Amino acid sequence: MNDAAPLRARPAEPAQQGGLIKLAVMAVGGQGGGVLTGWIERLARDHGFASQATSVAGVAQRTGATIYYIEMAPSEGGAPVFALAPAPGDVDILIASELMEAGRGIQRGFVTPDRTLLIGSTHRALVVTEKTVPGDGTADRDAVIVAAREAARDTVFLDMERLAKDAGSVISASLFGALAGTRALPFDDNAFEDAIRAGGRGVEASLQAFRKAVSAVRDGEDVVGETARIVADTGVQGPPDLVGEWEALMARVAALPASVRVMAEAGMRKVVDFQDTAYGGEYLDHLGDLTRLDDETHDWELTREAAKYLSNAMAYDDVIGVADKKTRAARLVRIAGEMAQSDGQLMRLTEYMHPRGEEIAGLLPWRIGSWIVRGPGRLRVLDRVVNRGRRVRTDRASGFVTLWMLAGLRRWRRGTLRHADEMAHVAAWLDLVRASVADDYDLAVEVVRARRLIKGYSDTHARGLSKYDRVLGALAMLKGRDDAADWLRRLREAALKDEDGEALDGALATIGSFA
Amino acid sequence: MAERSFKAEVAHLRMGAGETFTGEGILAITKALLECGVGYVGGYQGAPISHLMDVLSDAQDLLGELDVRFEANASESAAAAMLAASVHYPIRGAVTFKGPVGMNVASDALANLSSTGVTGGALVIVGEDYGEGSSIMQERSYAFAMKSQLWLLDPRPNLPTIVKAVRWGFEMSEASHTPVLMQLRIRACHVTGSFVASDNVSPPMPVHAALSAPKRDPGRIILPPNSYRQEASKYTERRPAVLNYIRENGLNEEFGAKDGKVGIVLQGGMYNGVIRALQRLGLADLYGNTDLPLWVLNVTYPLDDDAFLAFAEGKDAVLIVEEGHPDYIEQAFRSTLHKAGRTMPISGKDVLPMTGEYTGQVMLEGVTGFLRAHAPELLPADRRSPNTLGPVEMPDLSEVVPIRYPGFCTGCPERPFFAALKLVEQELGMHQVASDIGCHHFSSLPPFRIGGTTMGYGLGPASNAAFDGGGERRPISLIGDGGFWHNGLSSSISNAVFNKSDGVIVVVDNFYSAATGGQDIPSSRALNVSKKTKNPITKALKGVGVTWVRQIDRTYDVPKMKALLHEALTTGHVGPKVIVASSECMLNRERREKPLRRVAIDNGRRVAVPRFGVDEDICTGDHACMRLSGCPSLSLKTLDDPLRDDPVATIDETCVGCGNCGEVADAAILCPSFYQADIVHNPRPLERWLAGISAQIIAHLQRRRDAARLTFGGQV
Repeated sequence: MNDAAPLRARPAEPAQQGGLIKLAVMAVGGQGGGVLTGWIERLARDHGFASQATSVAGVAQRTGATIYYIEMAPSEGGAPVFALAPAPGDVDILIASELMEAGRGIQRGFVTPDRTLLIGSTHRALVVTEKTVPGDGTADRDAVIVAAREAARDTVFLDMERLAKDAGSVISASLFGALAGTRALPFDDNAFEDAIRAGGRGVEASLQAFRKAVSAVRDGEDVVGETARIVADTGVQGPPDLVGEWEALMARVAALPASVRVMAEAGMRKVVDFQDTAYGGEYLDHLGDLTRLDDETHDWELTREAAKYLSNAMAYDDVIGVADKKTRAARLVRIAGEMAQSDGQLMRLTEYMHPRGEEIAGLLPWRIGSWIVRGPGRLRVLDRVVNRGRRVRTDRASGFVTLWMLAGLRRWRRGTLRHADEMAHVAAWLDLVRASVADDYDLAVEVVRARRLIKGYSDTHARGLSKYDRVLGALAMLKGRDDAADWLRRLREAALKDEDGEALDGALATIGSFA
Repeated sequence: MAERSFKAEVAHLRMGAGETFTGEGILAITKALLECGVGYVGGYQGAPISHLMDVLSDAQDLLGELDVRFEANASESAAAAMLAASVHYPIRGAVTFKGPVGMNVASDALANLSSTGVTGGALVIVGEDYGEGSSIMQERSYAFAMKSQLWLLDPRPNLPTIVKAVRWGFEMSEASHTPVLMQLRIRACHVTGSFVASDNVSPPMPVHAALSAPKRDPGRIILPPNSYRQEASKYTERRPAVLNYIRENGLNEEFGAKDGKVGIVLQGGMYNGVIRALQRLGLADLYGNTDLPLWVLNVTYPLDDDAFLAFAEGKDAVLIVEEGHPDYIEQAFRSTLHKAGRTMPISGKDVLPMTGEYTGQVMLEGVTGFLRAHAPELLPADRRSPNTLGPVEMPDLSEVVPIRYPGFCTGCPERPFFAALKLVEQELGMHQVASDIGCHHFSSLPPFRIGGTTMGYGLGPASNAAFDGGGERRPISLIGDGGFWHNGLSSSISNAVFNKSDGVIVVVDNFYSAATGGQDIPSSRALNVSKKTKNPITKALKGVGVTWVRQIDRTYDVPKMKALLHEALTTGHVGPKVIVASSECMLNRERREKPLRRVAIDNGRRVAVPRFGVDEDICTGDHACMRLSGCPSLSLKTLDDPLRDDPVATIDETCVGCGNCGEVADAAILCPSFYQADIVHNPRPLERWLAGISAQIIAHLQRRRDAARLTFGGQV
């Protein structure tokens, strides 16, 4: 304790602290956060404010997260002492150039209900660990937005990336526009635009993106996530007899329970597109069988889930299907759009394909194919002949014709080894479903869903099959347990967590320990 | 050519007396060097002072006009050794590198330099890579100053003070015949601000003049008996001389009231953080005016004991704000007090953390803790006795927000190499892999997770030396082209040859010191007017006796990379197996070629621009490609299709068409979803005609097939 005279009180509240404004930009390295920071700094300096910006040069950051920090205060003689980095609970405006970076800002305490205006872009730049998960590893967008509404004094969420792209510019311009739009800084729009002009590069496009963002914010737009796209009209076209057959199938779909119909229609479209209307009929036969095991008390969940996974199982990924998809007219139109091909430009298309002996054997009539597969030596010879990377130019008639002819094998598909294998697999799967449903309806639904594990091509496909087998292999251990369905669900989710199935092994070991 | 060009900013370096210079800290330092009549400059790039090297490099015309020599040194050690020019000659020299990694490398030369002493001012600008955004181990440079008796400047992080500190550095170096370190933290290097410029000054004695009048002073030779005399003079002559200079010129600044009962002693670099804490406590105004006594150490070594005792006089307690560990300053001042027979309490690492950056929150809590213990009446009521317990409950996002690891850039040529290595490991099993420093170190992060150690720049292969004798599977080590020339050729390669290492060494050659910002190095393939580039790494390898050398000039050829790695890991060859994997850094390449491409297109020349795409209906959403890529342009999207559970791969318009996706899909036999689309600008007439014919045939075949089946509008 000491007896020193109390110090003169110094103003502490931000409003009284000489109009000091603290602004942090949470960005992804390489996004151009430096440009935005430069604009904000210039804006302040050119309009009677002292301002200081700091950054961590992107050299070590590359695509990591990074923070730019700006402070400004009206310069009334003397140099203000500014901080070099943002502090939790002490940020007035937080600009997040990506949704998870907004989340990171909240996590680090830079967003507080007493003072922080959060301007965030809702678009995602996925981090590597979200992308590598075999299932869906993407982070929960809504959780961040909900947290932001709670943590911030005020929020503005817009897809700034889309806004900028539509104007032919980059996100720094739309973020700068959103900042202007909120009127959080004491400068008018002209001052903002002057800062962009003084920057000197890509001025017109930047100004366009800037103005779009200004009006989006002022018009009160606050788009959460992506606006749902309206599913395109999927009107069917083709020769009248086939259309007639299709309509007959649709009539059968209409007879299905209401809660199954939407999925069944999508599923049927997929299998008919994959093969033909007769195949669509088989699909509906299977579904019809399942409805007899199902009932309204479960809201037809089993059939609905089966409508989804059965269509995926029946429309398996074989060489014929790939060739078919790669040779359709609509595909060319889609790619030309994605690549922004304009008149006067040509587009060369190179497909990267690498068939193995297995795929080619699968394409053969099942008698020959299975004879080859049964003898490892024979398969090895075939593999040696076909197994190499092939680059096919599908913009050229020669390359296109090769794939077009492969796609034409569709009419013989039912006779191939692959088809026989797939149908046997589907039959075994449906048998398992039927065997479970009487005792444990929920478990049967989970057996249906386990089919999600089978995807990919070649080795990935084989790994998926093995995961599927291991998950359903646990059925014997689980049957009779009250929580069997829940465990099967957990196994499926574990299997989708990593490539090698380590999480799955762990979960299986846990189940093994029950016995 | 470096990643960032400072050509425009360099014009500001010509400003004369009275003009106001506005810009980044790094540029201010460069300007200050020129105003101080520096005779030679050099250094080695690394965050956060890479840009200082880039500015110097871009300012070579101006340096030439002023008769200042710029040298891009081979390493920090070489940079420190260059300061030898100031030993006998009255020439000011400055070099820069990062601390503490650069300090470690430079310490041999610095120890010799500090023993022999200098005539002209010798200044080392150390970029302190400590705290947020750092990519190295966390240590302080302080110990180097203590052990070698170098003086350490830690100026307040604003441009006018930084500029003044450069002048102080030269003058105190000359006054005490001792080299001086000036330490700048990451954000201080990139802080913006203004200062009033002075005229640039040509060195009174340019380096070439020294060559015309060589000098030698036997007393400066580091051999007995001089070396003993030199050691003694550090304490008998040099230290008193510098303390005199520090006092006479007021390098350490006092702020606040003289008669306060508690005070704060702080490193200059901590000033803004301390003031912000005081501002938030209502004890300082916007301009930093406060009644609390502050003693700001712009020189943190040597410490002025007398001045400290004077500051402590009449105070009840003093807080020492010293970032990082150990707490050298606190220990020193506690010892000073003890020797003076004083018992005043000192606070420091009791209220502030021993390790880690002193961020805003840490500083606020530390200063509050100190005042609560020693002067609680100064604290605002809500801080003295807060009504709430701790901070307000905020939403918890720790399970939601994923870590954003840095990774390889879009189109990086190192990605396909690591994809190939991962595929080879799938075949031959996991290997012992030693990493080095450089972009390739990102391989240790997802998705590749290859390599587990880094022991220093150019030391990747050396760090695998214990495994040189080989075993069931060969050890693999990585080294970048930057590390190769920095130190790797001698420490890592030639000694692997000498010890008949059985290891596999991969030189990841991207044509630049890429991780530090794309500076040229001896094997760079660009034309550099002031440097001799294009010195092949393979020639150097063969020169030091490597006999198994394989060069690959297109790392994107994944099957070939795979085959080479396979060969290196299985060959019967005795001695190190060295693969030089070369492809240009895509960041640098795009920066150079994009504008050229635009001009070519505008001029009507034929240009094919490649980009990759994914057929979303063929992609099954298994993400196998992601686990071999991590490219920022290869991402995921969720389809509207109710039948699909998992998001599918997608490639956005930032794709540069490097080819990795296709190559990996091929080499790993992933899937047929990838396609390459080359947009051909200004196609030739014949090409256009042929394409037209193909298009007609294709359209005909498509119509023919569609006529015999059902098609669905929404299905693409």
